[in-house]
Parts: sequence; structure tokens; C-alpha cells
Amino acid sequence: MSTPKLPVSLAANPRLSSWVRFAEDGEVTVSPGKVEIGQGIVTALAQIAADELDVDIARVRMVRASTTASPNEGVTSGSLSIQHSGRALRHACAEIRQLFLAAASERLGVDAGALDISDGTIAGPGNIRTSYWELADEVSLDRDAAPNVTPKPSARRALAGQSVARIDIPDKVFARPRFIHDTALPGLLHGRVLRPELSRAKLVALNEDAARTVPGLVAIMRNGSFSGVVCDSETSAEAALRALRKGATWSQGDALPDENDLAAFLKAQPVESTIIDARTSDKPAGKARTIKRQYTRPYIAHGSIAPSCAMAQWDGDRVRVWTHSQGVYLLRADLALVLKLPVENITVEHMEGAGCYGHNAADDVAFDAVLLAKAAGGRPVRVQWSRADEMTHAPFGAAMAIEVEADLDAQDEIVSWRHAIWSNGHAARPGRASQPALLAAFELENPFPRMISTNPPQANGGGGDRNSIPLYDFPSWTIESHRLLTMPVRTSALRTLGAQGNVFAIESFLDEIAAERGEDPVAFRLRHLTDERAKDVIRAAARRANWKPMPKPGIGYGIGFARYKNTGAYCAVVAEIEGEEDIRVKRLTLAVDVGEAINPDGIINQIEGGAIQATSWVLKERVRFDAGRITSNSWTDYPILSFSEVPAVQVEIVQRPEIEPVGAGEAAHGPVTAAIANAVFDCLGVRVRNLPITRDSLIAAMELSS
Amino acid sequence: MPHTRFRLNGVVTEVDDDPDTLLLDVLRGRLGLTGPHFGCGAGECGACRVIVNDHAVTSCDAPLWSVADKDVTTLEGLGTAEQPHPLQRAFITEQAMQCGYCVPGILMSAAALLKQNASPTEAEVRAALDRNLCRCGSHNRMVRAVLRAALDMATP
Repeated sequence: MSTPKLPVSLAANPRLSSWVRFAEDGEVTVSPGKVEIGQGIVTALAQIAADELDVDIARVRMVRASTTASPNEGVTSGSLSIQHSGRALRHACAEIRQLFLAAASERLGVDAGALDISDGTIAGPGNIRTSYWELADEVSLDRDAAPNVTPKPSARRALAGQSVARIDIPDKVFARPRFIHDTALPGLLHGRVLRPELSRAKLVALNEDAARTVPGLVAIMRNGSFSGVVCDSETSAEAALRALRKGATWSQGDALPDENDLAAFLKAQPVESTIIDARTSDKPAGKARTIKRQYTRPYIAHGSIAPSCAMAQWDGDRVRVWTHSQGVYLLRADLALVLKLPVENITVEHMEGAGCYGHNAADDVAFDAVLLAKAAGGRPVRVQWSRADEMTHAPFGAAMAIEVEADLDAQDEIVSWRHAIWSNGHAARPGRASQPALLAAFELENPFPRMISTNPPQANGGGGDRNSIPLYDFPSWTIESHRLLTMPVRTSALRTLGAQGNVFAIESFLDEIAAERGEDPVAFRLRHLTDERAKDVIRAAARRANWKPMPKPGIGYGIGFARYKNTGAYCAVVAEIEGEEDIRVKRLTLAVDVGEAINPDGIINQIEGGAIQATSWVLKERVRFDAGRITSNSWTDYPILSFSEVPAVQVEIVQRPEIEPVGAGEAAHGPVTAAIANAVFDCLGVRVRNLPITRDSLIAAMELSS
Repeated sequence: MPHTRFRLNGVVTEVDDDPDTLLLDVLRGRLGLTGPHFGCGAGECGACRVIVNDHAVTSCDAPLWSVADKDVTTLEGLGTAEQPHPLQRAFITEQAMQCGYCVPGILMSAAALLKQNASPTEAEVRAALDRNLCRCGSHNRMVRAVLRAALDMATP
């Protein structure tokens, strides 16, 4: 028998007391290393803990992650929080429950097997009872987790599988401050940073005279090309920043690529090429012909509704930082690098920001706040980016060009498949390299080199190559990734990394081949899959959408499928669109399999949200730029889907209570993208291979096909 | 500095800021409210919407003088946990958000709609919310919540 292993987050942070403590007032304090970024994770983790400990969820108090005490769970990303934090907590709570049962057994003189726990009260025959809280002094949780602990079987969990209401929602509808933007610290000052319009322009000269006259100004800070103001109110800070901008002289910036020919740009750059996967057939079949297509996606902005925000406060050579970063320890590591301070001098605490869809400017603004707070004489400073800076200087999701090629035999069956990706790397997160990833670090008098994004390895889901290996059982394939070694447009992790582009390419190309064969695209996919969970979600989505409804003029239907990262959630979707000059997505019908569904409504919320966000990416979104500047720096220039344009969304969860749960936040984007493109073809007979699908790209595709 | 007087959530309020100061800065800065949120500063996203008399307006691009002698309602004035507005109840029932940052503005747009149209159709709700942006994709839940609240308010 193999030695039982601890869940990965628990192995990294084995001390039980770092996860769970029993407070004197009948509360359970649960302290995960993952953070709330609008995905509802805190509620799902509270459910898991309450379930395993047998306490009412109302007793569970969730602690925000902080480098002072929380387990270090790296970054809250990749739809891994349930897998990492959830499994660790379940395991830790199972052991804690056993420890308390043993202690209760001793105190009450009854065999542990005769005891039961209900809402934290441990009771046995003859009305004998004690509780977690009574025993808390006797049971030390300052011990390392043991691997040989078995959590409850799924059938004995009372809360898992229930749509428990989110614990953060009441605060948000009753205007109780929860966001970092709304948090008042005593003596709080307000900072704003001056950033160039021209890409990476350097600050040549700065006349501070006008800014100095603004009432409420506390300090002006300049270090190389980084500069900003600290004032006693936001109104003053905005006024001082406007004055400072007028006094700034900038160098010419760096050239940006041609936004209308991203594929040519991506394929002309120096690259690092990697074979991601290769499969060879032992019985090579004859190829009769080869077809080849190219698909592209543009740069995509995060576009959180709140601009990035942080607070910082210095005390001598120690600094405290409040941030909506996805990783408090990783941010701390980068701050230690740039500040040349030991990590012990830096405390980083999480506070909620607006919805986070990847590596946005949260970490950048935290360093901005740390820099500006140096000029604040020990008072805390809150720094908030402008909307324009948020849409210009935050990292974007990387543009991609993807070539897919298939060899078909005489019966038009796929005998070989090639998939090649050109893209910048999809990750330049802080805290992982020997150089910092924070924007201001590139702007200082003694700047750090600008980080060029890399890709996580396939074992961690890959980056630009995420979801590039087909789940379909083609006899042979070669998957290759070309990562750019130049990066004129700053990119990093945006929801799904490369998966949206790769699934769009694979699922579009499959549709093209099915159409050439005259075969139903659902049947074609099912015929090439052996994984029953994959087939089940496709069948479920097709059944729910009555695949395939009778053709109607002006209406089209398309299917898309993927298993996120090839190891995560399965998701299939049928898109119904209405198309003439513009495309309107009318309905998305999705089926998803995340294994055990801890909070079904939370999963539906995530899938629904992902589907709507993906629809926005597909129909609307593209970062715009001219030769020297990002031009899509407002909601007018970077429109997203509006309420009237949002499709109806139906989500069906394929229940698998016995299978370890995985996250749902990124499962829908790729399949939805492909399903919409496939529905456009079904409706108009036009294959759009360059995202977004707009009136312009439709006309271009029509011209290409005629 | 001239005084500007208005009723804020039912309470007469006098502010001696520059009348050109943006209403959002007055509400959040001087008056310390956290209901209205800053999102874009250009009246494009709607996170800062408040109700002025009977209309939802963006407070990030409205000057203080524009609300002189008017009624301003922010999320703080909509209802409380003890006495929630039907919209607040419905947003909880429908779990109508992910991050919730846009929610204050959405609630105020919806409240203004229900004042003017007690039984809106789904399309009317969507149209009323079109100038509010949500990035998490919670639109359909929010629309369901507004319709639920309308129904709730119609039931005696």
C-alpha cells in the first residue's frame, strides 16, 4: 500500500492551528491562504470546514489572508482554490475532529465511537456532553497534520452540495464597507501616480510648480520616471495630478505593433519554441489531403469595474500593505526584492477589490502605494489608479496566432493533427523570479529590467499552450508553442491563459472538418472521445438545447467543448445566435462537471459569469493601439457587453459527488468562444477565424471566403 | 466658500465645498459614504449612480451645485439590514452578484426604474440597466432580482 499523502497546500503548511482555531465565544476561525476575488470561494471554504467539523456555518469566521499568520498558498488562480484550499481544509478539519473526539472520549470516559458531534457539541449516551470550545485548551492544534486521516464520505456531508448563501453579499447590498476602496484608516492620505500616455516613455523633466500650489498637497514624489502626489483628499490628489501632468516632459515611447495584423507581428518575432506534446501512431494511415487554418485572438483587457487600489503605511523600516493581490506572499517577495528589505519587515494583508480575472494591476498599485507612502511621514496612503491607467498600464491577456493543420485520409478521417501557437507568455506574476514584476520597478531611477512573460509548465496547466493538447483520440499529433522573446505590449495571466484561444482554434477547426464531411458536429465529437465524463457533458448540453433544432432563417447553433487544462472541469455549450449584420447571442446552454459540487449555485454563478464574460470577449473586446499608445483607455473605446446584449444562460451541473472537486471559474470561456463562432458559421455560412466577431471581422471573413 | 444644501437620504445636508466639486467626491470624501463607488470617473460604468429626485445619475461627473435643494439618495438610504428595500432582499435571494462592486449603482438604477415603472418587463429592466456595467457576468441574476423585487412590491 502506498503511503497516504497530505493535500498539497496542507503539506506546504502542515501546522493545523494555521488553518483552524476555536475562539472562546463559540466561533471557529478558519484561515485559508486563498482570497476572495469575487468568486465566492470564502463561502465554499466555510462550507467545507463547517461540514467536516460538524458546526453550524454561522459559527465559522473566515479570516482574510495575511503574511502575518495565514498559510502560504501561493496565488489564488487557475481555478485551484477548491482543489488546494478546499482539500487542505477538509483534511485538516477531519483530523481536528478526530483529535477532539479522542479528547472528549478521555474526559467523558466513553469510547470515541459512541460520541457524536452536532454544531460543535460532542455528546454521548446518557446526556453526557462537552464541546470544541470546552476542550480547546486541552487539544493543541500547534501540531503538524497527519497524512493517515480520512475525511467523511460524501454521503455524510450535510452542507457540501447545498447552495449555501454567500457570506459576503449582505455587506455588499447594505453598503457596509468591504472593499479596499471603502476602507478608512486613521489619518489616511490619498495618492495618485503619473504615468505616460506614450508606451514606456521616460520622464525627461518634471515641473512641479503648479502642483505645489494645490491646496491639500502633502508631497510630490519622483524617482526616475516614477512620480506621483500625496494629498489629504482624493479631490486634491486628482487636481495635483492634473497639474503635475501639465508639467511633465516625456521621451518618445516604444513602437507598438500593427493592431490590424497581429498574426504577422506575432510570427515575425524571435521566439522560444517548445514541443508541448507529440503522439505517433503505430499504424500510420495514408493521408489523402491536408487542410490548414489560422485562428487569432487579440489582446484582451481585464477591465475590472473598480480601478486597482492599495494602501501602505511605513513605520521606520517596516511597511504594512493592504492589497487585493491574488497572492500576499508573492507580492511580499517582490516588494522585498525592490525595497531591498528582509520579508519580515513587510506585512501584506488582503482586502477585497472588484472582480479579479487574473494578474491585473493589483500588485502594481500596491508598490505604487509603498513608494508614495514613503513621503507621508508614517501616515497611511491609499493609491487608486485612474480608469485610463487601468486600461493602459495593467497587463493584458496575450494576443495569439494559432495554426492548426490536419491530415485527412481518403474517407476524410483525421489521421494526423498539428497545432502551433505564437504568443507572448501568459504569466509575469510577482514573487516567482529573481527580478520583480511590479510596474514601478521598471520606472525607477535605477530600474529593474522589464519582465518578459513566460509560460507555466504543462504539468501546471501550461500557459499559451493551455488546452492545446486535444482530448480527442486522433491517431497522431504534434503540439508546438512559440513564446515571444519580445514584449512591446505588456501581458500576463488573464482568465484561462491560452485556453480560450486554443479551444477556439481546436473546436472551430473540428467544426470545419465536420462540416466538410457533412457530419453532425456533436456526433463527430462524440465519435472522437473516449472519456465518458467528456461525452456526458456534451450529451447533456445537446439534450438541454434540443440539439439540433430545426433550421430557421437568421438563427444559428454551434457547439463547443473542453476540459479546462485537460485536468479540471468539463464544460460543453450550445450557442444560439441571431445574425444579420451584427451577431447577437440569444442563448447559451451549458453542461458542466466539476466532480463534487460543493456549492451548486456558486458553480452556476461562476459558469454563467464566465459564459457572459466570454461572450463579451468574443463579440466586443480588443485592446486598441496606434504606433505609440494604447488608445482603448475608456469604456467607450473598450466596450463590453451591456445588459441588453447579454444572452440567456442555462447551466446544468452533471453531479459527481464521489469525485474530488475542481474549480469552475475558467471552464466556460473556451467552449463558449468556439460555440459562438460555430453558430455564426451555422447561421451565415461564414467562418470567422479572427476574434472578436464584429461587423468588421464578419465582412473581412466574407470577403476572404468569396 | 458657498454652502450647497441638499437632502441626503432624507436628511438636510449642507456642504461648504467648491460647487464645482464632483458629487461623488463630496459623498465619499467629505461625507464619508461608501455606497457610491468610483469606477471610471466619466459617467460610463454607473458604479457611482445615486438617485437625484427621481432619476439615477452618475455622481462621478455631476457637480455639487447640480443637486442644490434636491433629494439625493445613495445605497445607504435605500434600506437597512433591519428594514431592507425589496431590491436588497431580492439581490440576496437571487445571489445576484459575484464581486459586487457595481452593485450599488445597479441597485440605484433599479430603484429609480421601479419608482417610475412599478411592473417593468424584462426588456425594460435590461434597458434601464444598460448604462451600468458589470464585468463578472452577473447580469441575468440581477435582472431576475429586479423583477422579483417588482413583484414583491406589487404584492400587498
